[in-house]
Amino acid sequence: MSTSRDSLRHRVTASLAKRYRRERRFRAAGLIAVLTGLVFLVFFFVSIARFGLGAFTRTELLLPVALYEQDVDPLGDGSRASIAEGNYSRIIRDSLSSLFPGTENIADRRALAALVSLDAPYLLRDYVLDNPEAVGGRIRIALPTSASVDQFVTSKVDRTPLTSTSTLSTRQAAWAIALEEEGLLRQSLNSRFFLGGDSREPELAGIRAALTGSLFMLLVTFFLAIPIGAAAALYLEEFAPKNRWTDLIEININNLASVPSIVYGLLGLAVIINVAGLPRSTPIVGGIVLSLMTLPVVIIAARASIKAVPPSIRDAALSMGASPTQTVFHHVLPLAMPGIMTGSIIGMARALGETAPLLMIGMVAFVVDPPGSIYEPATALPVQIYLWSDSPERAFAEKTAAAILVLLGFLLMMNLLAVLVRRHFERHR
Amino acid sequence: MSAVGKPFVERPYLSLRNVSVSYGDIEAIRDVSLDIARNEVVALIGPSGCGKSTFLRCLNRMNDTIDSARVAGKILLDGEDVYQRSVDVVDLRARVGMVFQKPNPFPKSIYDNVAYGPRLHGIAENRAELDEIVYSSLNRVGLLTEVRERLHEDGTSLSGGQQQRLCIARTIAIQPEVILMDEPCSALDPIATARVEDLIDELRENFTIIIVTHSMQQAARVSQRTAFFLKGELIEVGDTSNVFTNPDHRLTEDYITGRLG
Repeated sequence: MSTSRDSLRHRVTASLAKRYRRERRFRAAGLIAVLTGLVFLVFFFVSIARFGLGAFTRTELLLPVALYEQDVDPLGDGSRASIAEGNYSRIIRDSLSSLFPGTENIADRRALAALVSLDAPYLLRDYVLDNPEAVGGRIRIALPTSASVDQFVTSKVDRTPLTSTSTLSTRQAAWAIALEEEGLLRQSLNSRFFLGGDSREPELAGIRAALTGSLFMLLVTFFLAIPIGAAAALYLEEFAPKNRWTDLIEININNLASVPSIVYGLLGLAVIINVAGLPRSTPIVGGIVLSLMTLPVVIIAARASIKAVPPSIRDAALSMGASPTQTVFHHVLPLAMPGIMTGSIIGMARALGETAPLLMIGMVAFVVDPPGSIYEPATALPVQIYLWSDSPERAFAEKTAAAILVLLGFLLMMNLLAVLVRRHFERHR
Repeated sequence: MSAVGKPFVERPYLSLRNVSVSYGDIEAIRDVSLDIARNEVVALIGPSGCGKSTFLRCLNRMNDTIDSARVAGKILLDGEDVYQRSVDVVDLRARVGMVFQKPNPFPKSIYDNVAYGPRLHGIAENRAELDEIVYSSLNRVGLLTEVRERLHEDGTSLSGGQQQRLCIARTIAIQPEVILMDEPCSALDPIATARVEDLIDELRENFTIIIVTHSMQQAARVSQRTAFFLKGELIEVGDTSNVFTNPDHRLTEDYITGRLG
């Protein structure tokens, strides 16, 4: 008896070591999986940030400008109308040309003018309109350079004009280097990137139209998908009879959640634009399409969190004489709310990053002016990223990465919001 | 079939005649007839799955929440059929309160737990009246001294026994006529159980109580009459002392002596 018990103990000890080994292996595998994920994430962030951060700053040229009256004030009466008519691009060309003696011919002057942004004459005009006392004097004004100069100056490597991928000519590159050495170039915050709409000129392109469009769409989605989704989930969980029809509805909701998003775009095009006649390319249509896309996700999340409310709470409320509706609104909904909100916000975060359905409803448009309402044409952040990534100018690569950073920041904020909302509802149920 | 013993009383308050309950094809209760008088405590005993809880849930129509449940027969509360179309379930449940097996306070403050019923039914006219109801209900279950300082803490933060007394306070706050208790002490330790049993004894003055229990000692301690269920049938009803000392039915004897169930 005792020998058999000894051998049994021996076997247990032997198996114990094996079990521990297996446990260690499993833990190591898990750790490796997590680390691999982290490495990818860090690589992703670092490469995008390295690429995109440059778009948040721009290079400005501190240009000494002589504001001769005959250029600035063609009518000679000093009125705003007259100043607005001034030939500012000529002033800029003159000033640039005076920085580099021997560049008086037309071709050189044109090449010099290409160093500054197309927007520069307008900025100068606006400055003079704001400061009419400067007419006739000399000023120093900071004008944004063209994207090519910005790219050239900020690129850390490969300054040799001939071999560089820069779009600057050899002479322009030499001028840019000269300007930099003179200390006339400086880096400043690119407010244009946040305040402007799309543009064909990289240095003028901004994400405001896309950001507003995305925000409007999310608002529409928020006010459509969450109430409808929560109400549908509550009805299905708490009130609907359990029969073949509700089973069918449940199966279909689960199926809808996995329908490719572009199909929702087609639906939006066919029904919301062509039948209902809502204006295309607008946040209202985009919002409705994204709501339809998000609804199944919201319903599934809401149903799961409603199901998780202990039945004993329902029993307690019903036995106190609460009606089914009171039971739901006094007890079930408050307890399910954190789950409903978290699910909804995660669904909305997915909607924020959605591109395909928006292409279908015409939101892939070149939109310069940020929309003022949900009925005005707009574009969305992911679509803007898609558009820019498709642009041939090198400077747009930087813009693309920067727009991705903004989108990621937006997503991060929404997920943070989900956490905060969850905490809030858990504390004040 | 009528149960042996004393199923009928002189002036019944609750009166059941030929009540059968089925869930789909499964019959949970078969042909039960029983009277319950005002201010008496009736204990329901029997092995698990014998239909005691189903019986209880018929009386306040909590079975309505189960789609497949069907109730046949007549259940009269103070002469009125509770399954009649004209009877309002909400009103019925305000008259027939219920305490569950597992304490189930709302995840709200202790005060709000007790105030929920009075608020729901508009019983209190003003804040002072509501306070009065909450305090007296908590006092009634002996909880007031224990929680006076933390009325605004979560009800779920109390101990198991306190939670169950809170649930009883919540029930009596709306002054029901009948209280149904479904194994109210099965999740409690002996000390908490003793407190609840004492409480049941006190509550008898104002309420009619029907209590399901697995503990025969408990049935003997708190009830005046005991009903023994087996496989959905009411086997025997009688004065508690009789049922436990001198049962009329062989099956009852087998059960209380531990040879059955």
